[in-house]
Amino acid sequence: MKNRSLISISDFTREESLRILDLAEEFEKQPTQNILDGFVIATLFFEPSTRTRLSFESAVNRLGGKVIGFSDASSSSVQKGESLHDTIKTVSNYCDLIVMRHPREGSARYASQVASVPIINAGDGANQHPTQCLLDMYSIRKTQGRLDNLHIAFVGDLKYGRTVHSLVIAMSLHNTTFHLVSPAELKLPSSVKMHIKNKNLQYRQYTDLNEVIPLADIIYMTRIQKERFSDPIEYERVKNAYILNNTMLCKAKPGMKVLHPLPRVNEISTDVDDSSSAYYFQQALNGVYVRQALVATILGVK
Amino acid sequence: MNKELIKELKVSAIENGTVIDHIPAQSVFQVVRILNLEKFDTQILIGANLDSQKYGKKGILKLSNRFFEKDEINKIALVAPTATLIVIKDFQIIEKRQVEIPGQVSKIVNCVNPNCITNHETITTKFVVIDKDDLKLQCNYCEKITVRESISFV
Repeated sequence: MKNRSLISISDFTREESLRILDLAEEFEKQPTQNILDGFVIATLFFEPSTRTRLSFESAVNRLGGKVIGFSDASSSSVQKGESLHDTIKTVSNYCDLIVMRHPREGSARYASQVASVPIINAGDGANQHPTQCLLDMYSIRKTQGRLDNLHIAFVGDLKYGRTVHSLVIAMSLHNTTFHLVSPAELKLPSSVKMHIKNKNLQYRQYTDLNEVIPLADIIYMTRIQKERFSDPIEYERVKNAYILNNTMLCKAKPGMKVLHPLPRVNEISTDVDDSSSAYYFQQALNGVYVRQALVATILGVK
Repeated sequence: MNKELIKELKVSAIENGTVIDHIPAQSVFQVVRILNLEKFDTQILIGANLDSQKYGKKGILKLSNRFFEKDEINKIALVAPTATLIVIKDFQIIEKRQVEIPGQVSKIVNCVNPNCITNHETITTKFVVIDKDDLKLQCNYCEKITVRESISFV
C-alpha cells in the first residue's frame, strides 16, 4: 500500500481496510511516536473543515512530521484563477503526501493522476470521504466487537452525504443489513445502492426514524447539509425531518451506539450526549489514530 | 427498372474501405463527428434518410481506403447500436459484423453531473460501461452514473 493514493474506499480491499484498522489500534495505545521525522505532508483544503483537517494535522504532528498547506481556497492561488491541475503539480514538488478536500466531485481522482506524490481524499464534493469511512469502521468494530453481520441504520441526508456513500460501500463487504432512513428527495443514489445489490444484501428504505431504532446495532446520523441545496425553500422543508432524542432511545438494543460524522446541528438532541448510546465524540478522536495508520502506511514507515 | 438496380444507383459501391450501414437516420451526423470524419482526406459518401426495409429510414457511410480498429469503431455504438460494419477489399465483402458497446468510453461523452471536475477543468472524460443493455456509464472521476437519456457528446 506504500505510495498508493486513497481516493475512494473501494480502492482498498476488505483486507487492506482491516490492516489499517489493526494498525490504528496500535496507534491508539501509543499515539506519540517519532516515525515521520523528515516527512512533509501538505493539507490542501479548498473547502472549510474543522475535524478532518485538524485530526490529520494532529496525527502527523504526533508522529513527528511537518505540515504545510492552506485551510481556505481564498488564501491560495485558486483565488487568482489557478487550475486544480497547476496547484497540484506545484504542491507535489514541496511534499511527500497531499491530503486534499475540494468542493467538486472527482477532483481527488483527477489530482491523483496529476500528482507525483500520493493523494489522500479528505472529501470531494458529495462523492467520497474514505478516511471518515475508515474511522467509522474503526468505531463500529470497537463498540460492537466485530464488523460482520450487523444491522446499521443510516439516517438523514443519504443523497448528498458523502460519508454515508463511503460507509455503505465499505460495509457491503461485511454482510451488513442496511436500514436507510431519509426523506424521499434525499434517498441513497443508485450508484451507491448498486454495491448493496451486487452483494445480494438485505436493505430497506424508511421515512420514519422510530421504526428502525429497535432494529439497529448502529444508528449513523447525518446532518442535512445546507450547502448542498441550491433551493433554500427545499432545505427549510426537510431540515427538521429527523431529530433523535433520548426518549426515543428507550426502545434501542442495549449495546446500540449512535455515530455521527459531525458537525451536528440539531439532528441529535443534546440530551443524548450523556446517554450510554452516544459515541460521536469518541468517534472523532478515533479519527486521529486511523489517519496516523493511513499516513504511516502510505509513506511506508509502517 | 428493377429495385436492386435503383438501389445501386443511389449509392455507388466502393473498391476498398469500410461501409457503415443501418445507422439510425437521426444519428448519421453524430457518427460523422464521433469518427472525426471531417478530418479525413479520403473519399467519403454520406447517405442520410435512405429507405430501409428493416428500419423505415436509415443512414449509411461509405469510407474509401479507411479501416478501423475495433475499439475505435465501437464508439459509435453509443448512438448507433444497430449499425453494421462492412469491410470491403476489391469490391468484395471480407467482413460483416454488428458494432458492440465498448467496456470503456473516453473523450466522446460529457459527464451528466454539473459538479463533476471534468465539467470545470480541461480533462478528458472517462467512463466504465456498467450496463450495456440499458446503457449506463459510470464516471471515472465523480463516480456518478450517466444514463442513455442524459448522454451528451463532447
